[in-house]
Amino acid sequence: MARNIQSLERAAAMLRLLAGGERRLGLSDIASSLGLAKGTAHGILRTLQQEGFVEQDDASGRYQLGAELLRLGTTYLDVHELRARALVWTDDLARSSGESVHLGVLHQQGVLIVHHVFRPDDSRQVLEIGAMQPLHCTALGKVLSAYDPVAHSEALESDRKAFTDRTVCDLDAFEQILDITRARGYAADVEETWEGVASVAAPIHDRRRMPVGAVGITGAVERLCRDGELRAELIAAVRDCARAVSRDLGAARF
Amino acid sequence: MTDAHTAGIASHGHGPFIAAIDQGTTSSRCIVFDRDGRIVSVDQKEHEQIFPKPGWVEHNATEIWTNVEEVVASAIEKAGITRDDIKAIGITNQRETTLLWDKNTGEPVHNAIVWQDTRTDALCRELGRNVGQDRFRRETGLPLASYFAGPKARWLLDNVEGLRERAEAGDILFGTMDSWVIWNLTGGVDGGRHVTDVTNASRTMLMNLHTLEWDPKIAESIGVPLAMLPEIRSSAEVYGEITGGKLGDLLGGIPVASALGDQQAALFGQTCFSEGEAKSTYGTGTFMLMNTGEKIINSYSGLLTTVGYRIGDDKPVYALEGSIAVTGSLVQWMRDQMGLISTAAEIETLALSVEDNGGAYFVPAFSGLFAPYWRPDARGVIAGLTRYVTKAHLARAVLEATAWQTREISDAMTKDSGVELTALKVDGGMTSNNLLMQTLSDFLDAPVVRPMVAETTCLGAAYAAGLAVGFWTNTDDLRANWRRAAEWTPRMDAEIRDREYKSWLKAVERTMGWLEDEE
Repeated sequence: MARNIQSLERAAAMLRLLAGGERRLGLSDIASSLGLAKGTAHGILRTLQQEGFVEQDDASGRYQLGAELLRLGTTYLDVHELRARALVWTDDLARSSGESVHLGVLHQQGVLIVHHVFRPDDSRQVLEIGAMQPLHCTALGKVLSAYDPVAHSEALESDRKAFTDRTVCDLDAFEQILDITRARGYAADVEETWEGVASVAAPIHDRRRMPVGAVGITGAVERLCRDGELRAELIAAVRDCARAVSRDLGAARF
Repeated sequence: MTDAHTAGIASHGHGPFIAAIDQGTTSSRCIVFDRDGRIVSVDQKEHEQIFPKPGWVEHNATEIWTNVEEVVASAIEKAGITRDDIKAIGITNQRETTLLWDKNTGEPVHNAIVWQDTRTDALCRELGRNVGQDRFRRETGLPLASYFAGPKARWLLDNVEGLRERAEAGDILFGTMDSWVIWNLTGGVDGGRHVTDVTNASRTMLMNLHTLEWDPKIAESIGVPLAMLPEIRSSAEVYGEITGGKLGDLLGGIPVASALGDQQAALFGQTCFSEGEAKSTYGTGTFMLMNTGEKIINSYSGLLTTVGYRIGDDKPVYALEGSIAVTGSLVQWMRDQMGLISTAAEIETLALSVEDNGGAYFVPAFSGLFAPYWRPDARGVIAGLTRYVTKAHLARAVLEATAWQTREISDAMTKDSGVELTALKVDGGMTSNNLLMQTLSDFLDAPVVRPMVAETTCLGAAYAAGLAVGFWTNTDDLRANWRRAAEWTPRMDAEIRDREYKSWLKAVERTMGWLEDEE
């Protein structure tokens, strides 16, 4: 067995020391209980504090467990909270791009559509909330696969079916697309899932930079592309929207 | 979230623009809109809620005016535009909140009395004499209730020392918040226009719905001198120009061109311009208004009759209004008092974990039943409980309560007006709840439609101001701006709907008579 990392062991011991009831301890108490030099103990405490696992009381200077510990394991972003936060920004994206907007999250082996804004024309459209999209070929799916490791492994394990003759099914080619996605900050799907349909999507991050979903526009390839390329201003609009929602989640208090 | 929306492709960087002020219950906001009705910039500032005694709620009108000046200046600055880019400014406001001020000094004589304030309960009962709360309903469309402005003005005249004499000498002006903002915008003590619009006037209990003039007999009965009342104007016309003060420097000369009470502004912003069109705003409580065209419909089902809007010299358009006291606040109650969820949005997650309500019905008659029952002796009930029911079923029942209450208001509107609801336009925070919107459509058996601009209140004020100055030509222009963001269509079996409605009505019955001796 490889050697354990001493500072992690010490950090774990500190957390145990602070746990159990509402305990607040001073630096010297902590250092002496664990048989550490004050400087060593302080360095570890400061790191834990930065990560939010430990908080220091302003008045007494004593340490206690931080709120981040409570969040670990118990919290995930509720998808309905995500929709509520995204509402104004996705409306604006639909309005400015003239296309329909979808917001998707990873669910089992695919993308679950949790929010849908109609294309702003008078055509008859059906709300697609609750629908599933494949991970390997849609813009939303590629974004999730590129940024969320769980989505990534799901995509690798899936059978990556060909929906059109442009669908990329080959593993290496797929991984390459994900690399490009991460490098550019967005993913595209030009007739890879549906004939005649293109989409662009970008990632939404929460305040801890965790990927929580993807937002994108979908529409006729003739409108989204010009000279065979996705229109740059549409890509910019999608990315602006994703950033705005991310900012909103970051500003949100727990 | 006061950022300017920056996603624009279809550019809204070029003017001209319309600005709208929303002087609301908790904050004042200013939004700048472009010709397509898109938001260019927003600024907002909250003001203090003053609670001098239980049941009393006041606002400092001087603070409010300062905030209005600030948010207007800041929204203009954020939009990066100047006075030449702005064609007009419109106003929407919290309704019924009442202020008296000295026309010579511009100083309020007392804090504004807010619509929720119940200090005039006893006065209203007294004013009902032997007739009861419907004494002025035929003329004003309203029951005698503490919300409305006339009795609040009377309370001030009775309780602020020396005020009645000053009012009779002609030194005191009365106004709802629209009047206060317009008077200050147009110069204040230096020739400010003392006006109100028909929608705000229709919430005073002093205006006759048929003549759209102050009713001298009612004013005398309530005890409010006509001399201090503002001139009643339409909702969309130029009342004056921005003059003097901080905003005079920045925006002097811009026409002040609309005023609408907040719920009426939302009706206008949702472009409910045809008879039978209705909107419902889902917030803490819910307000549903239906356009009844040129007809004044007396309600026999406990709804209010009110002016919807009036554009310039056009004929006035009337509306029926029904309100639900507890909707969003029931979700908050589940979160804060019951601790069953940690955020309001989680109610949907919890509710979706089960297929149905498990037989449970929740009637949140926390302070009695409102429209269409008006039973103050009722209190909340959760009915149909069995060992099987979980918190998830209760979450369903919570959402269904909002939908059933809407259905009851809608039924009352149909009964009074003879017009069937064809579709319901919705706005407000709860419209992000997909399950609620689908349930609403199922229970109403009608499509439910959400527009793309959530800020329908401000948009309505901007629309009215834009019409007044010819920025938009007519209501067809505005309809063309309206965009559907989502639509929910009914998916429920008629048989199930009828059975569920019956159960709901049974649960409602069980709330009544809980308090045995009201008063």
